[in-house]
Amino acid sequence: MVTLNIDGQDITVDRSYTLLDAVREMGITIPTLCHHPDLSLFGGCRLCLVEGSGMRRPAASCVTPVQEGMVVQSSTPYLERLRKTNVELLLSDHPNDCMLCERAGNCKLQELAYYYGLREHRFEGDRRIYSRKDNNPFLQREMEKCVMCGQCVRICDEIQGVGAIDFAYKGLWTKVTPPFERDLDCEFCGQCVGVCPTGALTGRIWAGKGRQKFREVDTVCSYCGCGCILTLAVKKNQIARIYSRKDTINEGMLCAKGRFAYEFVNSPERLTRPLIRTAPKKDWQLNDSGRYAQVKPERSSTNSSGVFREVSWEEALDHIAFRIKEIKDVHGADAIGGLASARCTNEENYLFQKFMRAAVGTNNVDHCARY
Amino acid sequence: MTNSIEEIKNNDLLLVIGSNTTETHPIIGLQMKKAVRKGAKLIVIDPRRIELVKWSHDWLQLRPGTDVALLNSIMHVIVKQGLIDQSFMDSRTQGFEEFKDTLSRYTPEYAEEITGVPRGKIVETAYLYANAFTPGIYYTMGVTQHTHGTDNVFCIANLALMTGNLGRSSTGVNPLRGQNNVQGATDMGCVPAFYPGYQSVDLSGVREKFEKAWKTGLSARPGLTATEMTEAALQSSLKAMYIKGENPVLSDPDIQHTVKALKNLDLLIVQDIFLTETAELADVVLPAACFAEKEGTFTNTERRVQRVRKAVDPPGEAREDSWIISRLSGKLGYPMHYENMEDVFREAGKVWPALAGITYARIQGRGLQWPCPTRDHPGTQYLFKGGFPKKRAVFTRVEYRPSEELPDLEYPLVLNTGREQFQYHTGTMTRRVKAVNKISPEAYVEVHPEDARKTGVDHGQMVEVSSRRGSIRIRCHISPRPLKGTVFIPFHFKEAAANMLTNTRRDPVAGIPELKVCAVRLEPVKK
Amino acid sequence: MDKKDIVIKVCSGTGSLSAGGKDVLEAFRSLAASTGTQAEFRDRCTAHQVGCRGFCSRDVLVDVIINGEKITYELIKPDMVPRIFEEHILQGDPVDEWMAGEQHREFHAAQTKIVLSHCGEMDPESLDAYLASGGYEAAHQAFVRMTPGEIIEEIKRSALRGRGGAGFPTGLKWEFAGRMRSKEKYVVCNGNESDPGAFADRCIIEGDPHSVIEGMMICARAIGAERGYIYVRDSYALAVKRLGLALRQCREHGFLGSNVFDSGFDLDIRLYPAPGAFICGEATALMKSIEGKRAMPSPRMWRTAEKGLWGRPTVINNVETLANVPRILGRGAEWFAGVGTENSGGTKVFSLTGKVKNTGLVEIPMGVTLREVIYGIGGGMVEDRAFKGIQLGGPTGGCLSEAFLDSRVDYESLALAGTIMGSGGMVVLDETSCIVDTARFFLDITQAESCGKCTPCRLGLRRMFEILQRITNGHGRNGDIELLEDLGSHIRATSLCGFGMTAPNPVLTTIRYFRDEYAVHIKDRKCPALVCKNLLTYSCIQENCTGCGLCKKVCPSDAIRGTRKKSHKIDQDLCVKCGSCFDACKFDAVLRE
Repeated sequence: MVTLNIDGQDITVDRSYTLLDAVREMGITIPTLCHHPDLSLFGGCRLCLVEGSGMRRPAASCVTPVQEGMVVQSSTPYLERLRKTNVELLLSDHPNDCMLCERAGNCKLQELAYYYGLREHRFEGDRRIYSRKDNNPFLQREMEKCVMCGQCVRICDEIQGVGAIDFAYKGLWTKVTPPFERDLDCEFCGQCVGVCPTGALTGRIWAGKGRQKFREVDTVCSYCGCGCILTLAVKKNQIARIYSRKDTINEGMLCAKGRFAYEFVNSPERLTRPLIRTAPKKDWQLNDSGRYAQVKPERSSTNSSGVFREVSWEEALDHIAFRIKEIKDVHGADAIGGLASARCTNEENYLFQKFMRAAVGTNNVDHCARY
Repeated sequence: MTNSIEEIKNNDLLLVIGSNTTETHPIIGLQMKKAVRKGAKLIVIDPRRIELVKWSHDWLQLRPGTDVALLNSIMHVIVKQGLIDQSFMDSRTQGFEEFKDTLSRYTPEYAEEITGVPRGKIVETAYLYANAFTPGIYYTMGVTQHTHGTDNVFCIANLALMTGNLGRSSTGVNPLRGQNNVQGATDMGCVPAFYPGYQSVDLSGVREKFEKAWKTGLSARPGLTATEMTEAALQSSLKAMYIKGENPVLSDPDIQHTVKALKNLDLLIVQDIFLTETAELADVVLPAACFAEKEGTFTNTERRVQRVRKAVDPPGEAREDSWIISRLSGKLGYPMHYENMEDVFREAGKVWPALAGITYARIQGRGLQWPCPTRDHPGTQYLFKGGFPKKRAVFTRVEYRPSEELPDLEYPLVLNTGREQFQYHTGTMTRRVKAVNKISPEAYVEVHPEDARKTGVDHGQMVEVSSRRGSIRIRCHISPRPLKGTVFIPFHFKEAAANMLTNTRRDPVAGIPELKVCAVRLEPVKK
Repeated sequence: MDKKDIVIKVCSGTGSLSAGGKDVLEAFRSLAASTGTQAEFRDRCTAHQVGCRGFCSRDVLVDVIINGEKITYELIKPDMVPRIFEEHILQGDPVDEWMAGEQHREFHAAQTKIVLSHCGEMDPESLDAYLASGGYEAAHQAFVRMTPGEIIEEIKRSALRGRGGAGFPTGLKWEFAGRMRSKEKYVVCNGNESDPGAFADRCIIEGDPHSVIEGMMICARAIGAERGYIYVRDSYALAVKRLGLALRQCREHGFLGSNVFDSGFDLDIRLYPAPGAFICGEATALMKSIEGKRAMPSPRMWRTAEKGLWGRPTVINNVETLANVPRILGRGAEWFAGVGTENSGGTKVFSLTGKVKNTGLVEIPMGVTLREVIYGIGGGMVEDRAFKGIQLGGPTGGCLSEAFLDSRVDYESLALAGTIMGSGGMVVLDETSCIVDTARFFLDITQAESCGKCTPCRLGLRRMFEILQRITNGHGRNGDIELLEDLGSHIRATSLCGFGMTAPNPVLTTIRYFRDEYAVHIKDRKCPALVCKNLLTYSCIQENCTGCGLCKKVCPSDAIRGTRKKSHKIDQDLCVKCGSCFDACKFDAVLRE
């Protein structure tokens, strides 16, 4: 353990701590753009500067190990000036796009500009402008807005183990990009989107769905069995975007399906009314070679195909109840079977098997645990 | 899973059998990568060069369906080299002496002949697993979807028991469940032989308990499994089916067979969020709500019960499944009255004590892992701490049996089916997501370069894959991933449904169909 | 004829080769091999290549040594070879008119050659030549007779300091690494010399590759490393070639590989051809580069001697530092320490360029004054113009004014003056050099070479460059000088690595010493040195103009008006400031200001 003094207060922390860890443990806020507790240390944004005894110049606290007896200031007029200048520099190479940016209101750079009262900056000069756009289907990559925090590069390599992106070029034109500036072609887990502090990386399907005043609903992903906790950001009865908090069992990580594949919820193909069959069932036909093959895929139309008739719930349920009773009377309850769903909730499945066993009277109930 | 997801990173050895974890369980895959980064050794047992192979210490590329031989051989080495955990077996297992003999013929040489895995790798794996401090076994459908799926699982259990690698943190046997609530559906008794909480329907004491709880008489006859229902429908002994949120037409083996069976029903009720391939055959289709449109709980693969919350309203007149079921139940003269979903959950907790300690209030945040019998119980991070529920675990004798349908002159290749990263199951949801369809637009068959040369097919070309049950046209991907002599087709795509080809033969115990092995033929499409 | 031993040494550094050195050597060789020569001298007449001797402006340099008596020729072309051969070698009558003169003597007189002592004397591609001069004796001694502690002690006493720029005491660095307990350690030679105009490391590698390898071997033995990397710019084609050859020779002779000198120690040294970005020379970036990652500096939470390459203890030394090591062990630490000052032992090689008469590679003892270098070795200013300033230490160094001419060249004195030793670049400026433009030139390099990792360096340098650009373009604003100072000190205070910390130096020092010149650029829109094109005006001096019309003819923008035999006028609105009229006028009638 190491004891040091931060802003006049003593604190004792583990030797493995950095100054930033110690400062944050004391509840003092210190701005950072590039720091991420689960990733390797970077030290690029130069915002978390501190001054202290025995330091020749301000040190980036995120990459400075604590030392016994250190006396450190986390905020002085000089430090604030340095931080402000760095934010100014970042803004001098940032499109003034907050009006349209998906991240407005939830952007670290915007927040810093607000904090330091920067409407204008002292510098003028070249800004990165990229005409080439990435056409991958999941991620919107607007690299003009990138602040080179490197979190996307690190999370892709160090957590996801994919390494789809890295820095390229030098100086002002440094850019995070897939190899040879090709379109992103990766697992599209969107871990990078989750850590991006600005609007450089966003979900393509987020566009225009709203960006603030979401109703946030925590729920569980409906895909594989990992049970990741999703936060659905809801606006106007629509899922505007999905993300995950850090304090979840999945540690904030999601996969492409969990993060981006929620479009089906609002699909126009959703069933909206009970249907009762009116036409005979179509067959799967024999093909020329005498073997069975599937019928040419035909867009399944819900209501207008003439195969089904839209009915009210009352009619549908009465119809079912009548038919089940009829079959049960003639063939017995065991002539009826039910398949529950691994996609439904525990409660629904409980009710379903209870329904089959208690209301119908059979143990013929199963689900697809086997495939 | 006997262990938890967060324990994976502390494994010092990971034995991944028949699981393409990084694609099918990406977040668990991340934990495995984390473990490897921390210095754990990963051993992959899989006929395909899956992505995890890149992270592995060793890769045992076995021939499909030869798992029993391989696992028995690993155990053979462990027994022969005295790597067993005798004190664990003395206190917690029985039947080892009788069981031991079955292993004697599974020498690494013999296993190499059957499985194609070099004997040295078998020996090394045996040493690594037996000597590891916190080894974890992970498996999915690659192990179970065989006619000897149960045997495979017994083998894994035997392996863990004889080395004492069970019942400790980060040490255990972990089947990874493939769907969000497949664990919960089984827990809740959606299986023919069990009431909620794995309580047998044919034990009279149990039945009486449920009769009392549900205030009605219950059938003592165990029911039919899903695959048996298909057979029964075909033979007209089953007349009606109520299918909720499942798409057996695409997910079950041999589509022709399934379709014929479902069409043979007098009444087919399908309750789903889309007009699935199964719903197209229904007499009545009921519109249901999706996961974001209802309240309730899911139980994930680590037995963690977590809250599902309603975020948006269902479209049109679509309703929560619970609403539909209780209404229907009422119409059948068995009214169900619940204030809310927690009421239902509470009832489940009353009939199954493992859930009794869980309330919605307690799982606001991270959820709880059952068993959690009391309100102050913290949940169970890993199972079998300090003992097994039946006092002593029993070794099961298992002999290698080849798969049911082996390649021959007419159908010379083995077909393996499974998932790919971007699509999910029968594609009811993911195929309605534009971005997913752009990145994964169509079905494909992965062919080993040498098999491609032999059959004269090119990369990107349309080919015809046929089995004794049907044939499909599909795009050919020449890829180094499959084992020579095997092909792989993801089963998400109805246009080229892998399950047109698969075999309906089932495991005699679990009733699981042999989706991982069947014989097929590959030929270029004739113009 | 009596027995004569004749040795012909032809310079073969990159500079010489581009001046035709190879052809000169071939010409000498074929003459030496000709039947006539053979009949007379048998094998006692040999011609071979030698490393660069630093005076590249006079290449190709050729030494003809007859019985130990050396005559140096300069500016030799292949067609001059037969006459030298005929008159000097055969008849013993040196060709006076081609002999190197006063300049050559002046250039070499004040130098002390330690690191460069083999350059210009020895065939760099021959291991035998190196062995003949006592090569690998020091390494042998280090491996067989000395303990690591003794080696480190010797280096510490020599007061050798890192020649890469920062000047960290080499012995101390080795001691840190030697103390670490680790199965693997590394020694890395930093040969990523990227400063424009600096070529000391290149010349050492090209002229004396074995001494670098020997230095690494000694270091490896001292710290207990079994693997070394030589990180050298791939664009140094000749250096890479000769190093590769030297390493091969060493392996063949058992100097590298397993059980070196039967000492029981293994050592392998590999060549790592570097991509050649400026930042690759920064130690942490260099290690990333060797690890196969993008060369970006990492925060220095540990010394590289503790956690370096692949997290193992690593010593990174510059080429020149390592080349000094065998000499120290060979001649003793006291001798070496005696050459320099109290805190900086030995010599330092500088690349002397700019507006001095003699340019080239110079090796001077630590502590010599700048005046001695410029007016002694450099031979004074070109055309005896007034000295204005000197940029030291490459693009990240600082620019010193006349007031510092008598300050000493050692780490402490330079730091005091606001600059660094750096890679040893010395660019001498005279009154025809514009200070603002010079600063702009260096900032142009550094802003483009920033790795982009940290905000102040990536964006701050760019913004400084853009301000300088607007000043030299005549769009400077009030407050620009202060903005430059503010930004410069900001970058210095907040950058991640040494590159960013030093990159504003050219601007900060020029503002410190030449503030008026900036002010003139901004306020008066004038460039006193007449360099900044956009600040120049051309006008006609009526008294001198004869109305010849030549200027009118050469003007590309038809900006000059006037009738023949009458004085002309330059229309300032149309003038594009190309200077054609100024160059064309024979009567000094065009005024440039």
